[in-house]
Amino acid sequence: MEQDVKVTIIDREGVSHTIEAPTDMAMNLMEIVRLYELAPEGTIGICGGMAMCASCQCYVLSDTELPEMQEDEDAMLAEAFYVKNNSRLGCQIQMTPEMEGLKVELAPES
Amino acid sequence: MIKTDILIIGAGPTGLFAVFEAGLLKLKCHLIDALPQPGGQCSELYPKKPIYDIPGFPEILADDLTKNLLEQCKQFEPGFTLGERADTLEKQEDGTFIVTTNKGTKHHAPIVAIAGGLGSFEPRKPLIHNLVSFEDKGVEYIIKEPEFYRDKKVVIAGGGDSALDWSIYLSNIASEVTLIHRRNEFRGALDSVDKVQELKDAGKINLITPAEVVGLVGHHELKAVVVSQSAHINKEYEVECDHFIPLFGLSPKLGPLGNWGLEIEKNAIKVNNALDYQTNIPGVFAIGDVNTYPGKLKLILCGFHEATLMCQAAYQIINPGKRYVLKYTTVSGVDGFDGSRKEAPKAVVKKIE
Repeated sequence: MEQDVKVTIIDREGVSHTIEAPTDMAMNLMEIVRLYELAPEGTIGICGGMAMCASCQCYVLSDTELPEMQEDEDAMLAEAFYVKNNSRLGCQIQMTPEMEGLKVELAPES
Repeated sequence: MIKTDILIIGAGPTGLFAVFEAGLLKLKCHLIDALPQPGGQCSELYPKKPIYDIPGFPEILADDLTKNLLEQCKQFEPGFTLGERADTLEKQEDGTFIVTTNKGTKHHAPIVAIAGGLGSFEPRKPLIHNLVSFEDKGVEYIIKEPEFYRDKKVVIAGGGDSALDWSIYLSNIASEVTLIHRRNEFRGALDSVDKVQELKDAGKINLITPAEVVGLVGHHELKAVVVSQSAHINKEYEVECDHFIPLFGLSPKLGPLGNWGLEIEKNAIKVNNALDYQTNIPGVFAIGDVNTYPGKLKLILCGFHEATLMCQAAYQIINPGKRYVLKYTTVSGVDGFDGSRKEAPKAVVKKIE
Protein backbone atom coordinates (compact mmCIF):
# COMPACT_ATOMS: atom_id res chain seq x y z
CA MET A 1 0.00 0.00 0.00
CA GLU A 2 1.21 3.47 -0.81
CA GLN A 3 1.85 5.88 2.01
CA ASP A 4 -0.44 8.60 3.21
CA VAL A 5 0.80 12.17 2.90
CA LYS A 6 0.42 14.96 5.41
CA VAL A 7 -1.32 18.06 4.07
CA THR A 8 -2.39 21.21 5.85
CA ILE A 9 -5.70 22.86 4.98
CA ILE A 10 -6.83 26.19 6.44
CA ASP A 11 -10.62 26.22 6.34
CA ARG A 12 -12.84 29.21 5.55
CA GLU A 13 -13.02 30.09 9.24
CA GLY A 14 -9.23 30.35 9.38
CA VAL A 15 -8.72 27.12 11.36
CA SER A 16 -5.72 25.05 10.31
CA HIS A 17 -6.04 21.27 9.96
CA THR A 18 -3.08 18.98 9.33
CA ILE A 19 -4.44 15.69 8.08
CA GLU A 20 -3.42 12.40 6.49
CA ALA A 21 -4.45 12.04 2.88
CA PRO A 22 -4.42 8.65 1.14
CA THR A 23 -2.47 8.51 -2.12
CA ASP A 24 -3.82 5.17 -3.34
CA MET A 25 -7.48 6.04 -3.96
CA ALA A 26 -7.14 8.53 -6.83
CA MET A 27 -8.43 11.30 -4.58
CA ASN A 28 -7.96 14.99 -5.17
CA LEU A 29 -7.67 17.85 -2.69
CA MET A 30 -11.34 18.82 -3.02
CA GLU A 31 -12.32 15.28 -2.07
CA ILE A 32 -9.94 15.33 0.90
CA VAL A 33 -11.67 18.50 2.14
CA ARG A 34 -15.03 16.72 1.85
CA LEU A 35 -13.66 13.52 3.42
CA TYR A 36 -12.63 15.44 6.54
CA GLU A 37 -15.70 17.74 6.33
CA LEU A 38 -13.56 20.89 6.42
CA ALA A 39 -16.20 22.83 4.45
CA PRO A 40 -19.99 22.36 4.70
CA GLU A 41 -21.51 19.91 2.20
CA GLY A 42 -22.96 21.81 -0.74
CA THR A 43 -20.34 24.57 -0.56
CA ILE A 44 -17.46 22.65 -2.12
CA GLY A 45 -17.15 20.32 -5.10
CA ILE A 46 -20.49 21.40 -6.51
CA CYS A 47 -19.69 20.31 -10.08
CA GLY A 48 -18.24 17.06 -8.74
CA GLY A 49 -14.66 17.81 -9.78
CA MET A 50 -14.92 18.83 -13.44
CA ALA A 51 -13.17 22.22 -13.00
CA MET A 52 -16.51 23.81 -13.81
CA CYS A 53 -17.56 25.69 -10.69
CA ALA A 54 -14.51 26.93 -8.72
CA SER A 55 -16.20 26.09 -5.41
CA CYS A 56 -12.98 24.27 -4.42
CA GLN A 57 -10.69 27.20 -5.16
CA CYS A 58 -7.76 27.39 -2.74
CA TYR A 59 -4.60 29.43 -2.27
CA VAL A 60 -1.39 27.39 -2.29
CA LEU A 61 0.84 28.49 0.59
CA SER A 62 3.67 25.94 0.41
CA ASP A 63 6.23 25.69 -2.38
CA THR A 64 5.10 22.14 -3.19
CA GLU A 65 5.57 21.33 -6.85
CA LEU A 66 2.05 20.94 -8.20
CA PRO A 67 0.77 19.34 -11.38
CA GLU A 68 0.76 21.86 -14.21
CA MET A 69 -2.47 23.76 -14.69
CA GLN A 70 -4.60 22.44 -17.56
CA GLU A 71 -6.59 24.65 -19.92
CA ASP A 72 -9.98 24.06 -18.30
CA GLU A 73 -8.72 24.90 -14.80
CA ASP A 74 -7.03 28.03 -16.13
CA ALA A 75 -10.21 29.10 -17.92
CA MET A 76 -12.38 28.47 -14.87
CA LEU A 77 -10.10 30.54 -12.67
CA ALA A 78 -10.38 33.35 -15.24
CA GLU A 79 -14.08 33.52 -14.43
CA ALA A 80 -13.95 32.88 -10.69
CA PHE A 81 -13.98 35.47 -7.93
CA TYR A 82 -11.37 36.18 -5.20
CA VAL A 83 -8.68 34.81 -7.53
CA LYS A 84 -5.03 35.41 -6.54
CA ASN A 85 -1.74 34.50 -8.18
CA ASN A 86 -1.52 31.34 -6.05
CA SER A 87 -5.10 30.19 -6.75
CA ARG A 88 -5.71 26.59 -7.82
CA LEU A 89 -8.76 24.37 -8.01
CA GLY A 90 -8.57 21.64 -5.36
CA CYS A 91 -10.27 19.13 -7.67
CA GLN A 92 -7.33 19.34 -10.08
CA ILE A 93 -4.67 18.52 -7.44
CA GLN A 94 -4.32 14.74 -7.15
CA MET A 95 -3.04 13.28 -3.90
CA THR A 96 0.30 11.72 -4.80
CA PRO A 97 3.39 11.12 -2.65
CA GLU A 98 4.79 14.41 -4.04
CA MET A 99 2.04 16.31 -2.18
CA GLU A 100 3.67 15.62 1.22
CA GLY A 101 3.76 18.91 3.15
CA LEU A 102 1.26 20.71 0.88
CA LYS A 103 -0.35 23.68 2.61
CA VAL A 104 -3.42 25.47 1.23
CA GLU A 105 -6.08 27.89 2.35
CA LEU A 106 -9.66 27.55 1.08
CA ALA A 107 -10.89 30.58 -0.86
CA PRO A 108 -14.13 32.25 0.31
CA GLU A 109 -17.42 30.76 -0.84
CA SER A 110 -18.94 32.59 -3.79
CA MET B 1 -54.04 27.91 -8.78
CA ILE B 2 -52.31 24.87 -10.29
CA LYS B 3 -53.67 21.62 -8.86
CA THR B 4 -51.93 18.25 -9.00
CA ASP B 5 -51.41 15.04 -7.03
CA ILE B 6 -47.66 15.24 -6.46
CA LEU B 7 -45.96 18.61 -6.62
CA ILE B 8 -42.30 18.04 -7.41
CA ILE B 9 -39.79 20.77 -6.56
CA GLY B 10 -36.92 20.33 -9.01
CA ALA B 11 -37.01 19.03 -12.59
CA GLY B 12 -33.71 17.15 -12.54
CA PRO B 13 -33.37 13.42 -13.28
CA THR B 14 -34.88 12.35 -9.94
CA GLY B 15 -37.92 14.63 -10.31
CA LEU B 16 -38.50 13.56 -13.92
CA PHE B 17 -38.34 9.87 -13.08
CA ALA B 18 -40.80 10.42 -10.21
CA VAL B 19 -43.32 11.59 -12.85
CA PHE B 20 -43.08 8.20 -14.56
CA GLU B 21 -43.38 6.16 -11.37
CA ALA B 22 -46.30 8.31 -10.19
CA GLY B 23 -47.98 7.89 -13.56
CA LEU B 24 -47.92 4.10 -13.22
CA LEU B 25 -49.97 4.63 -10.04
CA LYS B 26 -52.29 7.03 -11.90
CA LEU B 27 -51.00 10.02 -9.95
CA LYS B 28 -50.44 13.28 -11.79
CA CYS B 29 -47.36 15.45 -11.28
CA HIS B 30 -46.39 19.08 -11.69
CA LEU B 31 -42.79 20.27 -11.48
CA ILE B 32 -41.35 23.63 -10.39
CA ASP B 33 -37.79 24.56 -11.30
CA ALA B 34 -35.81 27.78 -10.97
CA LEU B 35 -34.03 27.04 -14.24
CA PRO B 36 -35.76 27.86 -17.53
CA GLN B 37 -35.35 24.27 -18.78
CA PRO B 38 -35.77 20.78 -17.26
CA GLY B 39 -32.74 18.59 -16.46
CA GLY B 40 -31.29 20.26 -13.36
CA GLN B 41 -27.54 19.89 -13.03
CA CYS B 42 -27.53 17.61 -16.09
CA SER B 43 -28.66 20.46 -18.32
CA GLU B 44 -27.15 23.42 -16.47
CA LEU B 45 -23.74 22.19 -15.33
CA TYR B 46 -22.58 19.42 -17.64
CA PRO B 47 -24.97 18.77 -20.57
CA LYS B 48 -22.22 17.54 -22.91
CA LYS B 49 -20.42 15.34 -20.37
CA PRO B 50 -20.84 11.57 -20.25
CA ILE B 51 -22.23 9.66 -17.27
CA TYR B 52 -21.06 6.06 -16.84
CA ASP B 53 -23.10 4.77 -13.90
CA ILE B 54 -26.70 4.84 -15.11
CA PRO B 55 -27.76 1.17 -15.00
CA GLY B 56 -28.15 -0.18 -18.51
CA PHE B 57 -26.33 2.73 -20.14
CA PRO B 58 -22.58 2.09 -20.41
CA GLU B 59 -22.24 5.73 -21.41
CA ILE B 60 -24.80 8.49 -21.82
CA LEU B 61 -24.48 12.26 -22.19
CA ALA B 62 -26.22 14.21 -19.43
CA ASP B 63 -28.30 16.03 -22.04
CA ASP B 64 -29.43 12.74 -23.58
CA LEU B 65 -30.38 11.35 -20.17
CA THR B 66 -32.65 14.38 -19.67
CA LYS B 67 -34.19 13.91 -23.13
CA ASN B 68 -34.80 10.22 -22.43
CA LEU B 69 -36.41 10.89 -19.06
CA LEU B 70 -38.72 13.50 -20.63
CA GLU B 71 -39.64 11.03 -23.37
CA GLN B 72 -40.22 8.26 -20.81
CA CYS B 73 -42.67 10.34 -18.75
CA LYS B 74 -44.37 12.37 -21.46
CA GLN B 75 -47.53 10.23 -21.66
CA PHE B 76 -48.19 11.15 -18.04
CA GLU B 77 -48.42 14.80 -19.13
CA PRO B 78 -46.46 16.52 -16.36
CA GLY B 79 -47.04 20.24 -15.87
CA PHE B 80 -44.07 22.59 -15.54
CA THR B 81 -43.53 25.92 -13.81
CA LEU B 82 -40.06 26.79 -15.10
CA GLY B 83 -37.86 29.78 -14.36
CA GLU B 84 -39.54 30.23 -10.98
CA ARG B 85 -38.21 29.34 -7.56
CA ALA B 86 -40.45 27.63 -4.99
CA ASP B 87 -40.43 30.10 -2.11
CA THR B 88 -43.03 29.16 0.48
CA LEU B 89 -44.80 26.02 1.70
CA GLU B 90 -48.08 26.42 3.55
CA LYS B 91 -49.87 23.47 5.11
CA GLN B 92 -53.65 23.72 4.81
CA GLU B 93 -56.16 22.59 7.42
CA ASP B 94 -57.03 19.52 5.36
CA GLY B 95 -53.36 18.45 5.33
CA THR B 96 -52.71 19.53 1.73
CA PHE B 97 -50.09 22.07 0.74
CA ILE B 98 -49.85 25.33 -1.17
CA VAL B 99 -46.45 26.14 -2.64
CA THR B 100 -45.91 29.66 -3.98
CA THR B 101 -43.04 30.69 -6.25
CA ASN B 102 -41.03 33.91 -6.24
CA LYS B 103 -43.31 35.13 -9.05
CA GLY B 104 -46.45 34.41 -7.06
CA THR B 105 -47.57 31.28 -8.95
CA LYS B 106 -49.54 29.08 -6.54
CA HIS B 107 -49.60 25.29 -6.60
CA HIS B 108 -51.93 23.06 -4.58
CA ALA B 109 -51.24 19.38 -3.91
CA PRO B 110 -51.71 16.74 -1.22
CA ILE B 111 -48.09 15.62 -1.62
CA VAL B 112 -44.91 17.65 -2.06
CA ALA B 113 -41.76 15.86 -3.22
CA ILE B 114 -38.63 17.95 -2.95
CA ALA B 115 -36.15 16.79 -5.60
CA GLY B 116 -34.14 19.98 -5.39
CA GLY B 117 -30.60 18.63 -5.84
CA LEU B 118 -28.12 21.09 -4.42
CA GLY B 119 -30.75 23.82 -4.34
CA SER B 120 -31.93 26.38 -6.85
CA PHE B 121 -29.38 27.82 -9.23
CA GLU B 122 -28.68 31.47 -8.48
CA PRO B 123 -26.48 33.72 -10.62
CA ARG B 124 -22.94 34.24 -9.35
CA LYS B 125 -22.47 37.95 -8.86
CA PRO B 126 -19.13 39.60 -9.53
CA LEU B 127 -17.54 41.53 -6.66
CA ILE B 128 -18.43 45.08 -7.68
CA HIS B 129 -19.17 47.26 -4.66
CA ASN B 130 -22.26 49.04 -6.03
CA LEU B 131 -23.59 46.18 -8.17
CA VAL B 132 -26.64 45.40 -6.04
CA SER B 133 -27.90 49.00 -6.06
CA PHE B 134 -28.27 48.80 -9.85
CA GLU B 135 -30.16 45.49 -9.96
CA ASP B 136 -33.18 45.90 -12.25
CA LYS B 137 -31.96 49.45 -12.95
CA GLY B 138 -29.68 48.36 -15.74
CA VAL B 139 -28.07 45.27 -14.21
CA GLU B 140 -29.51 41.85 -15.08
CA TYR B 141 -27.97 38.45 -14.40
CA ILE B 142 -30.29 36.41 -16.57
CA ILE B 143 -31.59 37.34 -20.03
CA LYS B 144 -35.28 36.57 -20.05
CA GLU B 145 -36.52 38.53 -23.05
CA PRO B 146 -33.88 39.43 -25.65
CA GLU B 147 -36.22 42.05 -27.21
CA PHE B 148 -35.85 44.03 -23.98
CA TYR B 149 -32.40 45.01 -25.27
CA ARG B 150 -33.52 46.28 -28.68
CA ASP B 151 -31.56 49.38 -29.70
CA LYS B 152 -29.87 49.53 -26.28
CA LYS B 153 -26.18 49.68 -25.44
CA VAL B 154 -25.28 46.44 -23.69
CA VAL B 155 -22.14 45.38 -21.83
CA ILE B 156 -21.70 41.65 -21.17
CA ALA B 157 -19.02 40.27 -18.85
CA GLY B 158 -17.82 36.66 -18.71
CA GLY B 159 -15.77 34.15 -20.65
CA GLY B 160 -17.95 31.06 -20.97
CA ASP B 161 -20.61 29.81 -23.35
CA SER B 162 -23.44 32.01 -22.11
CA ALA B 163 -21.36 35.21 -22.39
CA LEU B 164 -20.34 34.24 -25.94
CA ASP B 165 -23.76 33.04 -27.07
CA TRP B 166 -25.64 36.06 -25.75
CA SER B 167 -23.09 38.47 -27.24
CA ILE B 168 -23.70 36.83 -30.61
CA TYR B 169 -27.47 36.84 -30.21
CA LEU B 170 -27.75 40.41 -28.96
CA SER B 171 -25.41 41.77 -31.65
CA ASN B 172 -28.44 41.64 -33.95
CA ILE B 173 -30.81 43.30 -31.51
CA ALA B 174 -28.90 45.79 -29.38
CA SER B 175 -27.46 48.98 -30.85
CA GLU B 176 -24.09 48.17 -29.33
CA VAL B 177 -22.65 45.04 -27.69
CA THR B 178 -19.45 45.12 -25.66
CA LEU B 179 -17.97 41.86 -24.34
CA ILE B 180 -15.51 42.12 -21.46
CA HIS B 181 -13.42 39.23 -20.16
CA ARG B 182 -10.41 38.93 -17.88
CA ARG B 183 -8.51 36.88 -20.45
CA ASN B 184 -7.95 36.96 -24.17
CA GLU B 185 -8.98 33.31 -24.25
CA PHE B 186 -12.60 32.18 -24.06
CA ARG B 187 -13.89 28.84 -22.78
CA GLY B 188 -16.77 28.06 -25.08
CA ALA B 189 -17.83 25.87 -27.95
CA LEU B 190 -15.42 26.38 -30.82
CA ASP B 191 -18.00 27.75 -33.27
CA SER B 192 -19.18 30.34 -30.72
CA VAL B 193 -15.61 31.57 -30.28
CA ASP B 194 -15.17 31.76 -34.08
CA LYS B 195 -18.47 33.58 -34.50
CA VAL B 196 -17.53 36.21 -31.89
CA GLN B 197 -14.19 36.68 -33.69
CA GLU B 198 -16.10 37.20 -36.95
CA LEU B 199 -18.50 39.71 -35.38
CA LYS B 200 -15.63 41.53 -33.72
CA ASP B 201 -13.83 41.83 -37.07
CA ALA B 202 -17.06 43.08 -38.65
CA GLY B 203 -17.34 45.72 -35.93
CA LYS B 204 -20.58 44.27 -34.53
CA ILE B 205 -19.12 43.28 -31.16
CA ASN B 206 -16.78 45.50 -29.23
CA LEU B 207 -14.34 43.20 -27.43
CA ILE B 208 -12.35 44.41 -24.41
CA THR B 209 -9.77 41.94 -23.04
CA PRO B 210 -8.05 41.34 -20.73
CA ALA B 211 -10.24 43.57 -18.66
CA GLU B 212 -12.69 43.66 -15.82
CA VAL B 213 -15.69 45.75 -14.84
CA VAL B 214 -14.76 47.29 -11.49
CA GLY B 215 -17.52 49.83 -10.92
CA LEU B 216 -20.87 51.11 -12.11
CA VAL B 217 -21.80 54.71 -12.84
CA GLY B 218 -25.24 56.27 -12.83
CA HIS B 219 -27.85 58.05 -10.81
CA HIS B 220 -30.89 55.76 -10.22
CA GLU B 221 -30.21 54.24 -13.63
CA LEU B 222 -27.07 52.71 -15.07
CA LYS B 223 -25.20 55.09 -17.38
CA ALA B 224 -21.80 53.44 -17.74
CA VAL B 225 -19.47 50.75 -16.39
CA VAL B 226 -15.93 51.41 -15.19
CA VAL B 227 -13.54 49.11 -17.00
CA SER B 228 -10.07 48.28 -15.78
CA GLN B 229 -7.93 47.04 -18.65
CA SER B 230 -4.51 45.57 -18.07
CA ALA B 231 -2.81 45.46 -21.46
CA HIS B 232 0.72 46.86 -21.08
CA ILE B 233 -0.16 49.48 -18.56
CA ASN B 234 -3.23 49.44 -16.39
CA LYS B 235 -5.86 51.93 -17.42
CA GLU B 236 -9.34 52.64 -16.17
CA TYR B 237 -12.07 54.19 -18.23
CA GLU B 238 -15.82 54.32 -18.57
CA VAL B 239 -17.88 52.53 -21.20
CA GLU B 240 -21.31 54.08 -21.69
CA CYS B 241 -24.18 51.60 -21.59
CA ASP B 242 -27.85 51.10 -20.74
CA HIS B 243 -27.43 47.55 -19.51
CA PHE B 244 -24.72 45.51 -17.81
CA ILE B 245 -25.17 41.73 -17.88
CA PRO B 246 -22.60 39.79 -15.83
CA LEU B 247 -22.68 36.12 -16.91
CA PHE B 248 -20.45 34.20 -14.51
CA GLY B 249 -22.48 31.04 -14.28
CA LEU B 250 -24.93 29.84 -11.68
CA SER B 251 -24.31 28.33 -8.29
CA PRO B 252 -26.86 26.24 -6.40
CA LYS B 253 -28.17 27.47 -3.06
CA LEU B 254 -30.60 25.65 -0.76
CA GLY B 255 -32.29 29.05 -0.35
CA PRO B 256 -35.90 29.36 0.85
CA LEU B 257 -36.26 25.56 1.29
CA GLY B 258 -34.17 26.07 4.40
CA ASN B 259 -37.05 28.03 5.99
CA TRP B 260 -39.81 25.49 5.39
CA GLY B 261 -39.49 23.97 8.86
CA LEU B 262 -37.72 20.90 7.52
CA GLU B 263 -35.00 19.20 9.50
CA ILE B 264 -31.73 20.18 7.79
CA GLU B 265 -28.38 18.50 8.26
CA LYS B 266 -25.24 19.32 6.27
CA ASN B 267 -27.19 21.48 3.80
CA ALA B 268 -29.54 18.57 3.04
CA ILE B 269 -33.02 17.54 4.21
CA LYS B 270 -33.19 14.66 6.70
CA VAL B 271 -35.55 11.89 5.67
CA ASN B 272 -36.70 8.50 6.90
CA ASN B 273 -34.86 6.12 4.62
CA ALA B 274 -36.10 3.00 6.39
CA LEU B 275 -39.53 3.60 4.89
CA ASP B 276 -40.40 6.18 2.28
CA TYR B 277 -38.07 9.23 2.27
CA GLN B 278 -40.64 11.35 4.08
CA THR B 279 -39.36 14.43 5.94
CA ASN B 280 -40.34 15.60 9.42
CA ILE B 281 -43.42 17.20 7.80
CA PRO B 282 -45.90 14.41 6.93
CA GLY B 283 -46.80 14.60 3.24
CA VAL B 284 -43.51 16.28 2.32
CA PHE B 285 -40.86 13.99 0.87
CA ALA B 286 -37.26 14.68 -0.15
CA ILE B 287 -35.62 12.57 -2.84
CA GLY B 288 -32.32 12.61 -4.72
CA ASP B 289 -29.28 14.73 -3.90
CA VAL B 290 -31.30 17.07 -1.67
CA ASN B 291 -31.88 14.51 1.10
CA THR B 292 -29.65 12.91 3.65
CA TYR B 293 -29.77 9.74 5.77
CA PRO B 294 -27.17 7.34 7.13
CA GLY B 295 -25.18 5.98 4.20
CA LYS B 296 -26.61 8.48 1.68
CA LEU B 297 -24.92 8.55 -1.72
CA LYS B 298 -25.56 11.45 -4.08
CA LEU B 299 -26.00 9.38 -7.23
CA ILE B 300 -28.65 9.67 -9.93
CA LEU B 301 -29.38 5.97 -9.66
CA CYS B 302 -30.10 6.33 -5.92
CA GLY B 303 -32.47 9.21 -6.73
CA PHE B 304 -34.42 6.91 -9.09
CA HIS B 305 -34.88 4.34 -6.32
CA GLU B 306 -35.93 6.98 -3.80
CA ALA B 307 -38.43 8.46 -6.28
CA THR B 308 -40.01 5.04 -6.78
CA LEU B 309 -40.52 4.36 -3.08
CA MET B 310 -41.78 7.91 -2.52
CA CYS B 311 -44.52 7.38 -5.12
CA GLN B 312 -45.77 4.23 -3.38
CA ALA B 313 -46.04 6.14 -0.09
CA ALA B 314 -47.73 9.07 -1.85
CA TYR B 315 -50.31 6.64 -3.28
CA GLN B 316 -51.15 5.41 0.22
CA ILE B 317 -51.61 8.97 1.50
CA ILE B 318 -53.79 10.00 -1.46
CA ASN B 319 -55.77 6.74 -1.45
CA PRO B 320 -55.93 5.78 2.24
CA GLY B 321 -56.63 2.11 2.83
CA LYS B 322 -56.74 1.32 -0.90
CA ARG B 323 -54.88 -1.86 -1.67
CA TYR B 324 -52.41 -2.14 -4.46
CA VAL B 325 -49.95 -4.73 -5.71
CA LEU B 326 -46.85 -3.86 -7.66
CA LYS B 327 -47.28 -4.36 -11.38
CA TYR B 328 -44.54 -4.91 -13.92
CA THR B 329 -44.64 -2.65 -16.96
CA THR B 330 -43.70 -5.60 -19.18
CA VAL B 331 -46.85 -7.43 -18.04
CA SER B 332 -49.38 -4.64 -17.70
CA GLY B 333 -48.03 -2.11 -20.20
CA VAL B 334 -48.10 1.65 -19.68
CA ASP B 335 -51.38 3.56 -20.01
CA GLY B 336 -50.75 7.26 -20.53
CA PHE B 337 -53.02 10.05 -19.33
CA ASP B 338 -53.06 11.14 -22.98
CA GLY B 339 -54.87 7.94 -23.98
CA SER B 340 -51.76 6.28 -25.36
CA ARG B 341 -50.90 2.71 -24.51
CA LYS B 342 -47.56 0.95 -24.62
CA GLU B 343 -47.52 -2.80 -24.27
CA ALA B 344 -45.42 -5.83 -24.97
CA PRO B 345 -46.31 -7.54 -28.27
CA LYS B 346 -48.47 -10.61 -27.77
CA ALA B 347 -46.76 -13.94 -28.15
CA VAL B 348 -47.56 -15.68 -31.40
CA VAL B 349 -49.20 -19.05 -30.97
CA LYS B 350 -48.91 -21.05 -34.14
CA LYS B 351 -48.56 -24.67 -34.98
CA ILE B 352 -45.35 -25.84 -36.63
CA GLU B 353 -46.17 -28.53 -39.16
